[in-house]
Amino acid sequence: MSKNTEKVKTSFLKAFFQGKGFQSFSASSIAILIGFVFGFIILVASNPFNATEGFMTILTGGLIYSGYIGIGQMLYLATPIILTGLSIGFAFKTGLFNIGSSGQFIVGAFAAVYIGLKWTFLPVEILWIVALIGAAVAGGLWALIPGFLKAYRNVNEVIASIMMNYIGMYLVNYLVVQTIFDSKKNQSMTPLLASIPKAGLDKIFTGSSVNFGIIIAIAMAVVIYIILQKTTFGYELKACGFNRSAAQYAGINDKMGIMLSMVIAGALSGLGGGLLYLAGSGKHIEVVDVLAAEGFSGISVALLGLSNPIGIIFSGLFIAYITMGGFYMQLSKYVPEIISIMTAVIIYLSAFSLVFKDRVAGFIKKRMEGKKV
Amino acid sequence: MITFLFQETLLFSIPLIIVALGGMFSERSGVINIALEGIMIMGAFTSILFINIFQTRIHGQLLLLIAMLIAIGTGALFSLFHAYASINMKADQTISGTALNLFAPAFAIYTARMIQQVQQITFINQFRIVKVPLLGDIPILGEFLFQNVYITTYIGMAILVIAAFVLYRTRFGLRLRACGEHPQAADSAGINVVKMRYAGVLISGALAGLGGLVFIIPITTNFDGSVAGYGFLALAVLIFGQWKPKRILFAAFFFGFMKTISATYSGIPLLFNLGIPTVVYKMTPFIATLVVLTFTSKNSAAPRAAGEPYDAGKR
Repeated sequence: MSKNTEKVKTSFLKAFFQGKGFQSFSASSIAILIGFVFGFIILVASNPFNATEGFMTILTGGLIYSGYIGIGQMLYLATPIILTGLSIGFAFKTGLFNIGSSGQFIVGAFAAVYIGLKWTFLPVEILWIVALIGAAVAGGLWALIPGFLKAYRNVNEVIASIMMNYIGMYLVNYLVVQTIFDSKKNQSMTPLLASIPKAGLDKIFTGSSVNFGIIIAIAMAVVIYIILQKTTFGYELKACGFNRSAAQYAGINDKMGIMLSMVIAGALSGLGGGLLYLAGSGKHIEVVDVLAAEGFSGISVALLGLSNPIGIIFSGLFIAYITMGGFYMQLSKYVPEIISIMTAVIIYLSAFSLVFKDRVAGFIKKRMEGKKV
Repeated sequence: MITFLFQETLLFSIPLIIVALGGMFSERSGVINIALEGIMIMGAFTSILFINIFQTRIHGQLLLLIAMLIAIGTGALFSLFHAYASINMKADQTISGTALNLFAPAFAIYTARMIQQVQQITFINQFRIVKVPLLGDIPILGEFLFQNVYITTYIGMAILVIAAFVLYRTRFGLRLRACGEHPQAADSAGINVVKMRYAGVLISGALAGLGGLVFIIPITTNFDGSVAGYGFLALAVLIFGQWKPKRILFAAFFFGFMKTISATYSGIPLLFNLGIPTVVYKMTPFIATLVVLTFTSKNSAAPRAAGEPYDAGKR
């Protein structure tokens, strides 16, 4: 190898290892690693005899028990949390913390199920599409309220969204009972006609609930990526988040920017709700006073994916994968909540990511410079 | 009927007061604490587990008092994680809080199921005081405040008075508030910002942990790894109360009253005949908070530096 190519190669390596993407990735990996170690310690502490077996189940995502169905189930589980993750990640990118994903999700779910049940005058081929659009619109409108309050009244969007979560939950419970109630089961009726098509996925992953929804989720991630990275519109939204006054000074309508960011985030969460409840998997809106968990899983997904839309696809799959593992861990007499414990540890550590990143960067720089000498 | 409504309101309001006051100390020192919900769960979990194990050996108010100390300790300990992340590591305080909120219910359910197979931890409610001697005999007032009560009610009231005193009448309170408004100025006046913020978060943890137990004891006899969103409601009370003890008291009573009505209105002919659906009462506290925020946020009374990691280099 000539001296020149070697030089190019090292500088490429250097750029790669010192690049922002790699550092973020390694920060996340360290967080995940520590999270897993912590999980293992808890398993050992609570029942040392099955700990290794239980831990292997988490690592394999339970696929040793379920094979192809498992992969299909993983895709099915990942669909809604990729959407809520995108919603929260997109909001992060535009400087907002959309903790209201849960409320937007359930409002979207209600809209989808309602349309699926009541708008049967539409042809079956497009009913599910209309229902999903309805879900996105409902979620978007729900998020518009905190967006508007933030833009015009300077209300902290975190607090406003938390309030909207509870208002949404109670409202949806009320509306379900009033309009689409199956009183025997204390839940919503089933919108059979509006089920999302399987698109042949059921042939590959026979026996699982996976459907066209996962394709929609991935497509949405790509769309959000393009909006954020390749369009002026996305740039303006990010500018509003980065420095509102500077954006205003540069002639960007900051109020509009904040509201649009929230509406897009809300629409994504709402769509996630629609995708889950129209999956035809026997999932219903239950009338209980509990916030939708998917909205909070979305926070984990967004943080692990470092708010990057493409990263969020993978972190969504990852969370779904270990959730499956948690489910199958019950075979080794463990409780699936271990997964949430691990996720919480991972999120907690990723909150330090800045410090992590600096350490990793410092370490690599030292090694690189060490090599040179 | 009025006595019953009042007592119910009291039961719902007291934990809100305690937890919101906890949040007040944290935010007034400059650290946003949305982990109140998770800390409540942890406090309730360890203390009710304690009651579950020891209720045959220790009895009555002594058992409750020890349980309260355990709840306080657990809450303070758990909040240390939030303090470390947001003060030492300068992490995003909302994310750290979210992690704690995710951790607590999972941990409570996991541990409960590992120990005793089911996730509900049951206990015998032996803590209700039917009538306080002497005081309970006072006409009207005695019936309102000294019959069918829990000792936690008086402790909650005491905490309110002490909290107000500490915040406004002591050197510690003044320093704490300074750290939440302008930490750089506080630092230059010789106040240890890190220490004060740790104190703020620890107090919030202690009170939130206690609030978890206080919330669970009167309303149920089994703990299910949840405090039903009360931590977030307390956050709303804190904001509705504009970070001030006296207003927190009113806010908590308002929220507690709404909660009482939504829980009991079908038994009250006057309200039942109005025909307002329960959902309205359930949503009212949250909508009211939004409305208050709408009109106060432009000139918010929120501590100015809340949510910002302290950076000594920034003036």
